[in-house]
Amino acid sequence: MNLPLHAQLINLFAALLLLLAFAMLTQRRIRSLINLFALQGFVLVLSTAVVAYSTDQLHLYVSAGVTLGLKVLLLPWIMHHLIRALNVRWDVETTIDIPSTMLIGIVLVIFAFNLAAPISQFAGTITKSTLGIATACILLAFLMMITRRKAVSQVIGFLAMENGLFFAATSATYGMPMVVELGIALDVLVGTLIFGVFFFHIRETFESLDIHHLEKLKER
Amino acid sequence: MELLLVLGIPFVGGIALGLWGHRESAPELNSAMSLATFLAASALTARIIADGPVLLWDDLFFVDSFNVFLVALTAFVAFTTSLFSRPYMRIELALGKLTPNRLRLYHSMFQMFTFTMLLVLLTNNVGILWVAMEAATLTTVLLVSLYRTPASLEAAWKYFILCGVGLAQALFGTILLYFAAEKVLGGGGNALLWTHLYEVKGQLEPTVLALAFVFLLVGYGTKVGLAPLHNWLPDAHAEGPTPVSAVLSGLLLNVALYAVVRTKVLVEGALGTHFAGNLMMGFGLLSVVLAAFLLSRQTDAKRLFAYSSVEHMGLVTFAFGIGGAVATFAGLLHMTVHSLTKSAIFFTVGHAAQKSGTQEMAGIRGLIESNPTIGWGLMLGSLAILGMPPFGVFASEFMILTVTMHEQPWATPFLLAALGVAFAAIFGKVQPMVFGTATARRLPHRPMLLPVFVHLAIVLLLGLYIPPYLADWYRQAAALIG
Repeated sequence: MNLPLHAQLINLFAALLLLLAFAMLTQRRIRSLINLFALQGFVLVLSTAVVAYSTDQLHLYVSAGVTLGLKVLLLPWIMHHLIRALNVRWDVETTIDIPSTMLIGIVLVIFAFNLAAPISQFAGTITKSTLGIATACILLAFLMMITRRKAVSQVIGFLAMENGLFFAATSATYGMPMVVELGIALDVLVGTLIFGVFFFHIRETFESLDIHHLEKLKER
Repeated sequence: MELLLVLGIPFVGGIALGLWGHRESAPELNSAMSLATFLAASALTARIIADGPVLLWDDLFFVDSFNVFLVALTAFVAFTTSLFSRPYMRIELALGKLTPNRLRLYHSMFQMFTFTMLLVLLTNNVGILWVAMEAATLTTVLLVSLYRTPASLEAAWKYFILCGVGLAQALFGTILLYFAAEKVLGGGGNALLWTHLYEVKGQLEPTVLALAFVFLLVGYGTKVGLAPLHNWLPDAHAEGPTPVSAVLSGLLLNVALYAVVRTKVLVEGALGTHFAGNLMMGFGLLSVVLAAFLLSRQTDAKRLFAYSSVEHMGLVTFAFGIGGAVATFAGLLHMTVHSLTKSAIFFTVGHAAQKSGTQEMAGIRGLIESNPTIGWGLMLGSLAILGMPPFGVFASEFMILTVTMHEQPWATPFLLAALGVAFAAIFGKVQPMVFGTATARRLPHRPMLLPVFVHLAIVLLLGLYIPPYLADWYRQAAALIG
C-alpha cells in the first residue's frame, strides 16, 4: 500500500473520529464528554482542511472555518457555561452498561460499513473509503442518544450525530453547497441555544436533568 | 413580487411581534399579518393559475400547481387559526396559564412557524428545504412547551429529540441525493434544485437514490407522523396550546408529506420501478391501522384527534403510494379537507376544554346545552372527519377506496376495517361530550368560532361540488405527481 500522504492523513483522521465516537459512547462524565465532543470537532476540522488542500476546494476551507468556530469553540463553550450554571459539572451517568454498549457499537460499525460499501463504489472522491466511518459515527451517536439518561448528554449525542453527517457529506461529495451548509450551521446553533434554555426549564420543573422524569406520557 | 410578500410578511411579522411585545393589540397585529400573508398567497396563486409554473430569483424558488395549492391552504388555515387564537389565548392569559411574556413568544413564533412552512413549500433547493424543516421544528418546540408544565416540557423534549433524529436521517438522505446528482449535474448549488433534478432523473444512480429515498422517507415520515415513528405526535398535540395543535395537525404534517411526495416523484423516475410507492403504501397502511386501534384507548380529547391525524396522514400517504391520476387527485383532496376539518375540530375541542377546565373527555359533557355553537361545531366536525357524506372527506375517502379496490385489492379490507373501528371509537366518545348533562363554566372572553363553520362549510362544499377551476387545478397537480 503506497497511498499519498494526504490520503493517509485523511484515513488517520477518519480512524481518530471513529475512536472518539467510541470514547464518547462510553464516557460517563459530562464534563469529559464535552471535551471529547470539542476534540471530535477539531479532528473534523483538520480532516476537512486536508481534503480542501488536496483537492483545491475553496469552499471546504470556509466550511472548515465555520466548523472550527461553531463546533470546536462556540458550542463547547456554551455547553461548559451551561453545565456550570446548572451545577451539573461533576455529574456522572451511572446507568450505562459499558461492555454491552461497546458490543452493540461494534455491530453498528459492521452494519455501517456494509451500508456504505455500495455507495462508496460510485464515489470519485479521494475520501470515499471514509464514508463507512462517517456512517458508523452517525449510528454510534444515535446509540449514545438512546443509552443516555441525562438531558445534556443526549444533546451532545445529537450534536455528535451532526458531526458524523458533516463528515459523510465531506467524504461523499466534498461537502454540500455553501448556502445549505450555512443554513445547517445556523440551525445547529439556534437548536443548541434552545436546548440550553430548555435545560433550565426542565431543571426548574423537575429539579434534575434526568430524562426519566420525562417518561410520564405513555399510552395507557 | 408576490413571493417576496408571501415569505417576507411572516418573517418580518415574527420579528415585529417579538419586538412589539405584549400589548393589548398584539393578537390583532398577529391576525393582520396572517391576513396579509393570505392575501399575498392568493395573489401568487392567481398568478400561477394564469401563467403556469414559474422559477424565481435565480432558480432559488419554484412554484407550480402542486406547491401553490399547499401555500394557499397553509396561509388560509394560518389566518383562521390566528383569528381563533385571539380570544383563546386571552382566556388562557386570564386563567393564569400564561404570562404576557410567553404570549409574546407565542405570537412571534406563530409567524416564524408560518414563514418556515412557506419556505419549505416554495424553495427549489432540497438542502434549503431541510434547513427550513429543521427551523420549523425549532419554532414548534417553543410553541409546544409554552405552558411550561411538566407534561408540556416532556412533550416538547420528546418532539425535539425524535424529530431531530428523524431530520438527521433526512439530512443523510439529502447528502446521498446530492451525491447522486453531483455526478450528473456537477458540483455547486444547482445539483440540489428540484427543477434541475427532475430534468435528469433518468440518469441518476438508482442504487444510491433508492437508499436516499429510504432515509428521506423515514426522516420526513417522522414529521408526517407515520407509524411507527408517530410517538411524538399525540404528546405534542395534547400538551401544546390548541391553536398550535391546529396548525401542527392541519399544516405541518401536510408540509412534511409534501417533501416526501416530491422525493417520491424523483426516485420513481430514476428507478423506473414502484419501489418508493410500495414503501409509502406500507408505512401509510400501517399508520391507518395502528392509529385506528389506538383511538379507542384515548381519554384525552386532543390526543384522540391527534391519533385521528395519524390515521388520515397514513391514508393520504397510502393514496400517494398507489400513484396514478385518480389516487393522487384523491390524496390532494384529502390533504385539503383533512387540514380544514381537523383544525376546525381542534378549535371546538380547545374551547370545550377551556369551558370544562379539563382536556379529559370524561370531564367534558353536554356541550350542546352549555354552548350550542361549540357543540354543533364539534359534532359536525367529527362527522365530517369520520367520512360521513355529504362532507368532502367522504368524497376523497370514497375515491381512495375505489382506487384501492382496483389497484391493490388486498389492502381494501384493512382500510375498511380501520375506518370502521375509527368511526366507532370517535363517534362513541364525541357523542356524550356533545349531549349529556352540562358541566361548563363561563369564560372571560367570547370564543371565536367563525373559522370552525367557515372550514366546515368549505369541506361541505368540496363534498357536494368541486368548482371546475379547482378540479382543474387538482388535476394539474396530480399530473405533476402522477
